[in-house]
Amino acid sequence: MTRILAATGKYASLVVACVVMLLPLVTIFATSLKTSQEMATGETLALPRNWFNFDNYVTAFAKGDMLVAFANTAFILLFSITGTVLIGSMAAYAIDRFAFRLKRVVLGLFLVAALVPGVTTQVATFQVIDGFGLFDTRWAPILLYLGTDIVAIYIFLQFIRSIPVSLDEAARVDGASSFKIYRSVIFPLLKPAIATVVIIKGITVYNDFYIPFLYMPSEELGVISTSLFRFKGPFGAHWETLSAGAVLVILPTLIVFLLLQRFIYNGFTSGATK
Amino acid sequence: MRNMGRLTPWLYLAAPLGLLVIFTYVPVVSMFSYSLTNWDGVSYDSEFVGIDNYVQLFTRPELFQVFFVSLYYLAASLFQIVVALYFAVVLSFKTRFRNFFKGILFFPYLINGVAVGFVFLYFFKQGGTLDSFLGLLGVQSRQFWLGDPDLVNVSLSSVSVWRFLGLNFVLFLGAISAIPSELYEAAEIDGANRWQIFRSIIAPGIKPILGLVTILSISGSLSVFEIPYIMTGGANGSTTFVIQTVKQAFQFDKTGLASAAAVVLLALILLITWIQRKIVPDERNELA
Repeated sequence: MTRILAATGKYASLVVACVVMLLPLVTIFATSLKTSQEMATGETLALPRNWFNFDNYVTAFAKGDMLVAFANTAFILLFSITGTVLIGSMAAYAIDRFAFRLKRVVLGLFLVAALVPGVTTQVATFQVIDGFGLFDTRWAPILLYLGTDIVAIYIFLQFIRSIPVSLDEAARVDGASSFKIYRSVIFPLLKPAIATVVIIKGITVYNDFYIPFLYMPSEELGVISTSLFRFKGPFGAHWETLSAGAVLVILPTLIVFLLLQRFIYNGFTSGATK
Repeated sequence: MRNMGRLTPWLYLAAPLGLLVIFTYVPVVSMFSYSLTNWDGVSYDSEFVGIDNYVQLFTRPELFQVFFVSLYYLAASLFQIVVALYFAVVLSFKTRFRNFFKGILFFPYLINGVAVGFVFLYFFKQGGTLDSFLGLLGVQSRQFWLGDPDLVNVSLSSVSVWRFLGLNFVLFLGAISAIPSELYEAAEIDGANRWQIFRSIIAPGIKPILGLVTILSISGSLSVFEIPYIMTGGANGSTTFVIQTVKQAFQFDKTGLASAAAVVLLALILLITWIQRKIVPDERNELA
């Protein structure tokens, strides 16, 4: 008897949790398919009459500059992910495979920096970016994403330790330079760590609002976060268009999540526990 | 050749170290020096004002009250930890549709913050998702969920529970699945019930993760920005520490005062991290 009760309670709580998690999202999706006449009835939870009414998506795409936004986001993603992978793996290679003076100091610098939350230092970081003349360019967020990624270095460092040093030595005996060893021995073996870094970095950059908002106020430099944020003005009362914009932004994340679930869970677990 | 050998590691470290110094250490140091001036962020000159900015932060009630807003988020994140832990324990036992439930609990964490903001603006608006849903349940509600200063922080901090529950949940789930299954089997043979299994096997196993999640929650509650900024812009008493700092620095050109605020926040977060490291010694700290 208690067993049945416990099982019922367990599934009931899971169902309640699903409703809480999904209800806000499902309503937005339904709203994005409604016409302005349907919206005027005020029946928020009513289902759309035509499930193939994509007019709001057309409006969001055309008038909301979403195409430009996706292009800018893709540009920033490409450079910051490639850069993070190269810089992070090189730093980890140097730290793990070389003995050098000041190694402890270097490690300490990375360790302490990991504790400094990015949100706190923007007041002064802004002056640095401005000083380089990079304010309101796409290079500002790219450099900031590259410069503050300590988590990637940790992930690479942990992984590089599991690669036997004997492989390096074998290559060195064959006359390979240290860069050749990094490029053709270490880097190819880092694939699982690279996958983790690409996923975490990709999702973080795609979702970031704070940095593009502060550093790229120009409308033509909008990324998906800031362009969607600008919907609030012109479409303020048109919830069907705002909803379509939100769904457009959520959809790529949902697809990536469904395809790469396992990697994503592992990635975020190792990213947070570094 | 010997000299080349000594230089090699520095060639690999040049880029990461350069970026680290330019975008972390230079800002921290200059932020501290701005905080002692009345600089407006644009002029060539500024006056040294000593600790005046800090005195203002702690004596002007309208600047100080943002700390009370953090308390809502702190309470919300404690609630979130308990709920995340509950679902992690439940789903670590055999459950039908386990992956489906796991996916639904985790997915909101991956959603873009602006989209989350829009989803919940619609959720909380007059006659929006929440009011309509309560109507279905027979509760007539016409609350100003985001307009009432007594409710706004409760509404906004519940959005952050919705958003971040999944991360905590997956972290707990990972820690629980790392516990060797022989321990459970042995406990079951000994006739232990679920509560006993939780107390003597699961609880000790998740202690390090619990420490980490607590620290993330506290520093997270102090540095809330996105959701309230996107949803209310800090109106109706929902201004957080970071919203206030951003406004001081970039709207009111009070770089000096904003820097002092940022230094205080940084100091608080470093202090909390230090205390946590003292209480829960981290055995997995492999870098040192």
